Amino acid sequence: MKLSDVKEILDAEVIVGEDNLDLEVKTAFGADLMSDVLAFAKAGSLLLTGLTNTQVIRTANVLDIAAIILVRGKKPSTETIALAKELKIPILTTKYILFETAGRLYTKGIVGCLQKVDNASGRN
Amino acid sequence: MPVAETNPNLYSGSFIIEGGNFNSAGIVSTSIKSTLKKLGIPGDIVRKAAIVSYEAEINVVSYAKKGVVTLTVEPGIVRIEVADEGPGIPNIDLAMQEGYSTADQRIREMGFGAGMGLCNIKNYSDAFHIESEVGKGTRLKMTITTP
Amino acid sequence: MKIEEIVQALGLDVKCAKDCLDREVTGGYTGDLLSDVMGNSKAGYIWITRQVHQNIVAVASLKEHSAIILINSSQPTAETMEKAEAEKIPIMVSDLPAFEISGKIYNLLTAKS
Repeated sequence: MKLSDVKEILDAEVIVGEDNLDLEVKTAFGADLMSDVLAFAKAGSLLLTGLTNTQVIRTANVLDIAAIILVRGKKPSTETIALAKELKIPILTTKYILFETAGRLYTKGIVGCLQKVDNASGRN
Repeated sequence: MPVAETNPNLYSGSFIIEGGNFNSAGIVSTSIKSTLKKLGIPGDIVRKAAIVSYEAEINVVSYAKKGVVTLTVEPGIVRIEVADEGPGIPNIDLAMQEGYSTADQRIREMGFGAGMGLCNIKNYSDAFHIESEVGKGTRLKMTITTP
Repeated sequence: MKIEEIVQALGLDVKCAKDCLDREVTGGYTGDLLSDVMGNSKAGYIWITRQVHQNIVAVASLKEHSAIILINSSQPTAETMEKAEAEKIPIMVSDLPAFEISGKIYNLLTAKS
């Protein structure tokens, strides 16, 4: 689906990347621990998180994450917004909690960016 | 005397990490990523190198006064070395255990400090070496090879 | 929907408080920040997290969660298991990531209601 569909499904507000809503996304990863994201998330996925600091943008940039969905109505700081604009990473914010956000996207066909974890300490 | 072979390095450079400055944490790994991209290194290798240097950078910012990252690119291989002026690690085996952490609340609130950083670094590197001296600092050496 | 039904449907590995699986799950909460979970989750929810520290049992107990699911094959520590047994908080382990397990439980819960 397109990022614009994600926006609609989650009744989300676009904070960065209004001109990027045609972006195609198929997979997602949800976490509040950036090291968890770094261990498992795949390039081109949506990142669903409740964290809003600049490290979320750095993490997304390192992994080539397609877009960031902030949950629980979280609003990023001005530094976070500036960095996301600089690195061209879209940010959307939804009022839904992470469980509901994941549930709604999953129901509409977005799948996890990995199906199973082979071991707890990450993949290679 | 034979003439020394020309250095096959495609790139060699170093980057300074400022300890304790969480606002700038990630800048060095972002530069490393763009440097590797410009050199035409494949995307998955760039990503691995970026993850490895990012986790190492977070560690330096969290615990050390200063760190130096050296990036060396040779044909088929990316080397990243991170040396810091920090407290050092008394027990490396313990520090390498997933879930073990000495991070404070500030680090945890940023989504780090869950005892996964060194594991991530090791898992994304094709070769990983760590040495540390208490009171002096820690040195990490990682290599990532192109298949 | 009861915990037992979710365990069966998703093939979860029950680690402790195996005799407490007849509790009703009223919703789900996914999160790794304990202060967020403390603040925003509700009684009866099943909590999905990758935190394994014994503090998760205190949070689940205070908030009266129905159970905890650890994701990404994360294993509870010995202290966590002991505490969960004492507090009667079932802990289950899944090899799925948070997104996938949340999606599946969301579907189970919405199909049931």
